[in-house]
Amino acid sequence: MANKQLTIEELALQARQIRRLIIQMLACAGSGHPGGSLSAADLITALYFNVLRFNPDDPHWPDRDRFHMSKGHACPLWYAVLAQSGYFPKEKLLTLRKLGSILQGHPVCCTPGVESASGSLGQGLSIALGMSLAAKVDKKDYRVYVLLGDGEVQEGNIWEAAMACAHFSCSNICAILDFNGCQIDGRCEDIMGLEPLAAKWQAFGWHVIQINGHDMQQILAAYDQAKTIKNKPSIIIARTVKGKGVSFMEGVVGFHGRAPTQEEARKALEELA
Amino acid sequence: MAEQLYQRDVYGEALVKLGSLDKNIVVLDADLSSSTRTNLFAKQFPDRFFNFGVAEQNMMATAAGLASCGKTVFLSTFAVFAAGRAWDQVRVSISYNNFNVKIVATHAGITVGPDGASHQALEDIALMRVLPNMNIIVPSDGPQTEEAIMAAANKPGPFYIRLGRSKVPTIEHKGEFKFGQAQLLTEGNDVTIVACGTMVAQALVAVKNLAAKGITARLINMHTIRPIDREIILKSARETKLIVACEEHNIFGGLASSIDEVVAENFPVKVIRVGVRNRFGQSGEPEELLKEYNLSSLDIEKAVLSNIS
Repeated sequence: MANKQLTIEELALQARQIRRLIIQMLACAGSGHPGGSLSAADLITALYFNVLRFNPDDPHWPDRDRFHMSKGHACPLWYAVLAQSGYFPKEKLLTLRKLGSILQGHPVCCTPGVESASGSLGQGLSIALGMSLAAKVDKKDYRVYVLLGDGEVQEGNIWEAAMACAHFSCSNICAILDFNGCQIDGRCEDIMGLEPLAAKWQAFGWHVIQINGHDMQQILAAYDQAKTIKNKPSIIIARTVKGKGVSFMEGVVGFHGRAPTQEEARKALEELA
Repeated sequence: MAEQLYQRDVYGEALVKLGSLDKNIVVLDADLSSSTRTNLFAKQFPDRFFNFGVAEQNMMATAAGLASCGKTVFLSTFAVFAAGRAWDQVRVSISYNNFNVKIVATHAGITVGPDGASHQALEDIALMRVLPNMNIIVPSDGPQTEEAIMAAANKPGPFYIRLGRSKVPTIEHKGEFKFGQAQLLTEGNDVTIVACGTMVAQALVAVKNLAAKGITARLINMHTIRPIDREIILKSARETKLIVACEEHNIFGGLASSIDEVVAENFPVKVIRVGVRNRFGQSGEPEELLKEYNLSSLDIEKAVLSNIS
């Protein structure tokens, strides 16, 4: 089932609404990861509303496109997008991180729309590879999207998987790297340098698309371009701002893993009104 | 002389049988397919076989991705790498998801021989046993390997199946294989010997030698380590009051620990552990190593004689 196509303006409005939901969920939960949820919000909103093929009434539809969030700590973003896409009622969002909730602190596959657990970084590109190989075996034409964090690509498993995705010519894989430049302990370049990031992926046999991860036009063009690439996987390296959309969170490392207080949430929601 | 088989040969052939029966089965390996014998499947079904090179973590998590799309995944490498190198991938991507991935680990235990300690998995049962959802089978010989593979193929969920490197004698008259239900190999009321994997053959010799000394030993083949057969353990604890647990594994966390946990909570009796006592292995021939690490039939016999009242 193809999803309805939003205009650029509608996508921007939807992304703003999703950012509001992220702030509300995190403030209610009292813990969680705002920075990386907000930085990837435009990328994942565009993906779900204009690119991904799925049916929320039939989450296990065999021909659905797959999405996996390898940087599992950004799951408030995923949950907000899933709720907005119709996978479960929006009221559920306020149960984030509560005992017995379908919305765990990191993704688990009991949540409608979630394919596999994540939370231990570095495994998700391999999960995507498995989904891609299953399509190959079953001769299906679905595509596989996976969101990676920039700090996450410090994990060795990522590069094992990167090598394998190219080796198996997985042109149905489109990785999205949320390059916000921050990780828990500081700036990525200070903690463990990543550059030259694009050259690394190119050297591993990937088609690399570099964009501004907050420009909806560039985001949609990147997803379109990735679909045209034959015989190799694609990666969208998206320059983003950690905490994007909330002035006092933007570029602030401390908001990687700290939820806003009630007062901070009120200010954030004002900015996102 | 009993028939001697490589468990991994039987495994490779069983995979080929399964591959013909079920198109949904895919097989993965990490550069050890000629040793693990998944190469037999690869030859027959090249479109459903994937070699990941020397990258076990990637293989393990990729298996989860395949399983998320409804595939039944069999994957193999040496036990040290399957259980050790890729443990977090097994935990989060396979066990937590309760995915249909069958980890068939070969070259387990001290009888790996000359390759030495780095390649002798003595901790793998412990590592797998602590994971929720995980099922564990340690088949005693060639024919039981096929039974274990078929059982795993037919039951959804993650499995860890532990195979050895060397040839093992086929144990006769084991009766029907039922997953989760141990096999009573000999009757006896003086002591219960519980063994798994290659140690079943050693235990059988010990039982014969003990019989010559007037001691009747009950021998149990505990092929399924998880879920453990609690009933047969408790029945034997009550009837014989002494259990000797034999495994080609460290004394921590494996078969003996599984038995300890059952008796300690329900009917405490003495459980003597015949296993590797908190040491790494070393190079040597399998028979030499069994003696050096006190895992031979003679060591089992001694354990019984020095603890029986």
